Amino acid sequence: MDVFQILLNGIVLGALYACIAIGFSLVWGVLNVINMLHGSFIILGGYLTYFAWHYTGIYPIILLPFVAMVLFALGYVLQHLFINKVVTAPVLTTLTLTFGLDMILYNLMTVFFTATPRRVTLDLGTLSFGDVYLPVDRLLGMALALVLTALLYLVMRGSRIGRAIVAVRMDRQAAALMGIRVNQVYSITFGIGALMAGAAGAIFAMVFPVTTNLTGVFLGKAFVVCVIGGLGSVPGALVGGLALGLIESVAGYTIGPQNAITVGFLLMLFLLVVRPTGLIGVKGYE
Amino acid sequence: MNRQVKISIAAVIVYSLALALIPVFAGNYETRIAISVAMFSALALSWNFIGGFTGYPSFSTAAFFGLGCYIGALSQRAGMPAELAWIIATVGVAGFAAALGAIILRLKGHYFAIGSIAIVEVTRLIISSWGSVTGGGDGLNVPLMTGTPDVVAARILYIMLAVMGMAFVATVIVDRSRLGFGLRCIHQNEDAADMVGVDTTRFKIAAFVLSALFCGLVGAVYASWVGYIDPTDSFSILLTVKVPVMALLGGAGTLAGPIVGAGVFVLLEEFFWANFLQWNRAILGIIIVFLIFFLPGGLLKIRYKDLLKKLSANRSNTVSEGEAKG
Repeated sequence: MDVFQILLNGIVLGALYACIAIGFSLVWGVLNVINMLHGSFIILGGYLTYFAWHYTGIYPIILLPFVAMVLFALGYVLQHLFINKVVTAPVLTTLTLTFGLDMILYNLMTVFFTATPRRVTLDLGTLSFGDVYLPVDRLLGMALALVLTALLYLVMRGSRIGRAIVAVRMDRQAAALMGIRVNQVYSITFGIGALMAGAAGAIFAMVFPVTTNLTGVFLGKAFVVCVIGGLGSVPGALVGGLALGLIESVAGYTIGPQNAITVGFLLMLFLLVVRPTGLIGVKGYE
Repeated sequence: MNRQVKISIAAVIVYSLALALIPVFAGNYETRIAISVAMFSALALSWNFIGGFTGYPSFSTAAFFGLGCYIGALSQRAGMPAELAWIIATVGVAGFAAALGAIILRLKGHYFAIGSIAIVEVTRLIISSWGSVTGGGDGLNVPLMTGTPDVVAARILYIMLAVMGMAFVATVIVDRSRLGFGLRCIHQNEDAADMVGVDTTRFKIAAFVLSALFCGLVGAVYASWVGYIDPTDSFSILLTVKVPVMALLGGAGTLAGPIVGAGVFVLLEEFFWANFLQWNRAILGIIIVFLIFFLPGGLLKIRYKDLLKKLSANRSNTVSEGEAKG
């Protein structure tokens, strides 16, 4: 296979991975919570997009903001009612709690949506440059993922709530003394995490089939991207996502797709031990 | 030995004897549940060393269990007797944990949790892609034990109970030794423990190995029992979270807590499987959420005397109010 084709596949995949991981990274960085619900949020976004598209025929890109808002509301409510109550507890407690919530959400999804793989078919054709091919729906997915990432970056830097989130991330006590309602910020942050997951799911449903069996896979990707890129920055998640996409693409071609996933995890373990701040980890969440 | 420890030991002995009598008085179904109870008790007791005493959020249980399954199964397929295969699995998994612990115990908190989950994924992926040895995704058949199903089930139950007993004895010994004291110090403040002369690295590795070796043994016995293993079943992420939940349910860091938690959890799970098949997972999720909010210290740390007093006080209050109105 052509080198350019492998690189192109890697970049497309990487942009999607970045979009998957960014909400997870935000929640981990600001709330100090490992959100085991993240994979299910992504799949829920994908399913909602699919069914809304299937029954109304509305173009999925128009549906995406609505799906994202639904997920934001879900995330906000879950944080407000449950996770905020134990947010300062040790990781064992918060991780177990989000895992329990994930089991409930997962079960609801399998009952209401069944585990059948669903995909929004857009039939946009394929671009070709010489012998390098790129399906247009993937290109669209990549573009959307990058736009969302850029939007989040701008919100974090420029908006009032974005600055409040960064302030809480830097110093919870000081932020509280400055008059920031920390629990409110936590709920909104978790909501934004779910929103990004839902949007990523909507994009995924346009590119690959989604099914509840994939929740664990997406969660695993979020772990790896977060550790490679480093917690606490939008650029970090982007770099981590692109790095993982390229590594998987190259490894998939050279040593087989099954082993490519293992390579990602091994790299993550290695980085955890030698450089737990990731490639470009920073303290605040700019 | 203080009174509470004595009571715990006595209770566990009586409980094990009761479980051991199940094959005599009840059928194969009840025996199967008893095996699960003993098996998960052993797993939860193991987790308690690293998660309960030391306070490290380890989610590697499924990796140790799965490796135990595979080492045991492969040894048996190579023609070894089951007992030898189990010992090899135990030693192999303990060695794996010692080597791994030296690396990942440098991590703390969230990073350790993520790292330990990743270990489960990596071992599962390696086992399933190494098809020439492990059979890959098709799984492996393990030589069946000879005898009628009743005899085999009873034998497996006694072995699992023995493993549970060993894990409990190890818990009691560690609890009363320098090691247990050091682990509790690490739990409270690792830097301070290091300062006053606790060899934190060695202690943590010891706890990690203890948390792994019984899992390896249980895994190997499990493989002999069910006769067929595959990667998704052996290295399940659900198992890796379920076991800590059991220990938390009973009371992490206590002696008998993991056994209580495992028993209660397995019975609840069995009940929900039988009655609400479709909602089984969600109900377990609800139990977890309930546990986190209402039983943060576990079943053994509830102060039942106070609870009873409060209840009776409430009742007498309502009675006197009722009388006043009357």
